[in-house]
Amino acid sequence: MNMPAQTPAPVPDAPLLLVEDLKCRFEVSKPFLNRVIEREPRRWLKAVDGVSFTIDRGETFALVGESGCGKSTVARLIVGLYEASDGRIVFDGRDLGQLQSEAERQRIRRRFQMIFQDPFASLNPRWRVERIIAEPIRVFGLLNDDAAIRARVGELLTQVGLSPADGRKFPHEFSGGQRQRICIARALANNPEFLVCDEPTSALDVSVQAQILNLMQDLQDELGLTYLFISHDLAVVRHMADRVGVMYLGRLVEVADSRTLFENPQHPYTRMLLATIPDIKMEGKRHEIVRGEVPNPITPPPGCTFHPRCPLVNDRCRSEAPHLLPTARGHLAACHAIEEGRQ
Amino acid sequence: MKPPAHNQPAGNTPLLSVRNLRIEFPTRRGTLVAIDDVSFDIARGEVLGMVGESGAGKSLTGAAIIGLLEPPGRIAAGEVLLDGEPIHTLPAERMRKIRGRRISMIFQDPLTSLNPLYTVGRQITETILTHRDIGEAAARKRAIELLAEVGIPAPDQRVDHYPHQFSGGMRQRVVIALALCAEPELIIADEPTTALDVSVQAQIIDLLKRLCRDHHTAVMLVTHDMGVIAEAADRVAVMYAGRLAEIGPVRAVVQQPQHPYTRGLMGSIPVLGADVHRLVQIDGAMPRLNAIPPGCAFNPRCTEAFARCRS
Repeated sequence: MNMPAQTPAPVPDAPLLLVEDLKCRFEVSKPFLNRVIEREPRRWLKAVDGVSFTIDRGETFALVGESGCGKSTVARLIVGLYEASDGRIVFDGRDLGQLQSEAERQRIRRRFQMIFQDPFASLNPRWRVERIIAEPIRVFGLLNDDAAIRARVGELLTQVGLSPADGRKFPHEFSGGQRQRICIARALANNPEFLVCDEPTSALDVSVQAQILNLMQDLQDELGLTYLFISHDLAVVRHMADRVGVMYLGRLVEVADSRTLFENPQHPYTRMLLATIPDIKMEGKRHEIVRGEVPNPITPPPGCTFHPRCPLVNDRCRSEAPHLLPTARGHLAACHAIEEGRQ
Repeated sequence: MKPPAHNQPAGNTPLLSVRNLRIEFPTRRGTLVAIDDVSFDIARGEVLGMVGESGAGKSLTGAAIIGLLEPPGRIAAGEVLLDGEPIHTLPAERMRKIRGRRISMIFQDPLTSLNPLYTVGRQITETILTHRDIGEAAARKRAIELLAEVGIPAPDQRVDHYPHQFSGGMRQRVVIALALCAEPELIIADEPTTALDVSVQAQIIDLLKRLCRDHHTAVMLVTHDMGVIAEAADRVAVMYAGRLAEIGPVRAVVQQPQHPYTRGLMGSIPVLGADVHRLVQIDGAMPRLNAIPPGCAFNPRCTEAFARCRS
């Protein structure tokens, strides 16, 4: 790496990222005139409804859940693509909502980067790869000399397993896996410490997925990166993550380190998700019956949002939303049944 | 990469038999061979999984069987036999009678395979009336029965709803009901669960398995997901670059894959409970159709390739 990252002295032992009671709601009301005529109130979709977690340096934290659970919204809130309705995002001791100047914002912003799900849609088809990868370098003004930028782009391309000559090509000349490598090279261009990866492999075939996951692990070992890894694929999450947060309808229902979560899931939703994984080793395990579907997030069920699908439901679950509390096994889980010990 | 030419039990005719199928796409820059010398059988009531990466030709094989190959694609050689009768040469009119009646299809995206302007009941009764000689009232009754069978709650009310009023999983159930309405002998399910969430996917696979067992319907299950195959299929065919790499009973292929490509494919799938630090990686990518290497199509990526593989 030819550009030392000019980071301020890190606060020892503090998490790199702290997310506290994060909320994001989107307005889904009908147009003004309809609301007046039909006497309807404004309606909001709570995409993220009070999510808190921390990510330590060098760690991979995964958010997992089904579509519509808000995991991608969390990712976009962290990198600043959406604005939070409430809550705090603290990166290395600095509250991202309280940054004073544009210069300070740029300094912090340079330290994280995002990889998107669809490598076809996230690369400008009219730009050559070298220009795509050099964009963050130019935006943050890291290098000004064209030759130096070209050398850096070549270095990045080599780092992700492509050849420096590929910089002259356009995105359409590459396969899906190669395009995702280009996205990773672009994300690494400003020497970030923290990468937000939103379903980085779900548009790829399994053998290509293996290449990208291996590459991401190598880069983490080499550069000491911290990942927020978002996926709906539990097996991929198990493979990549150190700690896992399970989301359901905008809330975290369980947080635990990866091994204990998968060996000993506590929350009924986590158990249900694990039961749905196809038995690829064909050990003849019979999985539990999976019930129902994710409800409409505009009108979520009252109380615990999982209660209509939960086998352990009682009256309290139908009226009172559970909070994320430590369990006897050291997980964090939001479930009245676990709290009360009725399993 | 020669698959065994005959793998059906001797004696009885398989329900579907594909023999040395070759599909070509003539283009300005020469003829592309998308499917090359593919042969396999499906017995009655059997679930054959067809697995491979995007572009391997698995959906194309399904489309060729049901006669929905889009021009300029054409069957250049080989044959498709249904119950011993060739169906790839049938005129369009007669093929229409088979399609939906004897072979039906389930597509990946349930939203685009249902007509948004008709109620699901109308779509199901229309299909029943096309293929079976019963009256309108009986067809509607049958439609409600079918919706109940695929697990749609309150089918007598849901029958009058439009597709947008159903969730993704429920829509795919409707599509399955549509595929079942003429009691076909073979269903070609092209990525039936890919667009669905994992918890819904498990339900749909269970449903498909149960229905096929109850109706003794054979299924050709096209998917890229080895997990789905392991759950649902009796036998599995692995495709690579338009050719069959390996075909065999699902347990044998999953647990002891023979072909180096299948071995790489299985190793590249993250598995719960297995603490592997690195996934097996097949370097490179599947060749494009205009650049399929001579000899075995997999040889440039194969770790065990020798001179014969290259020619």
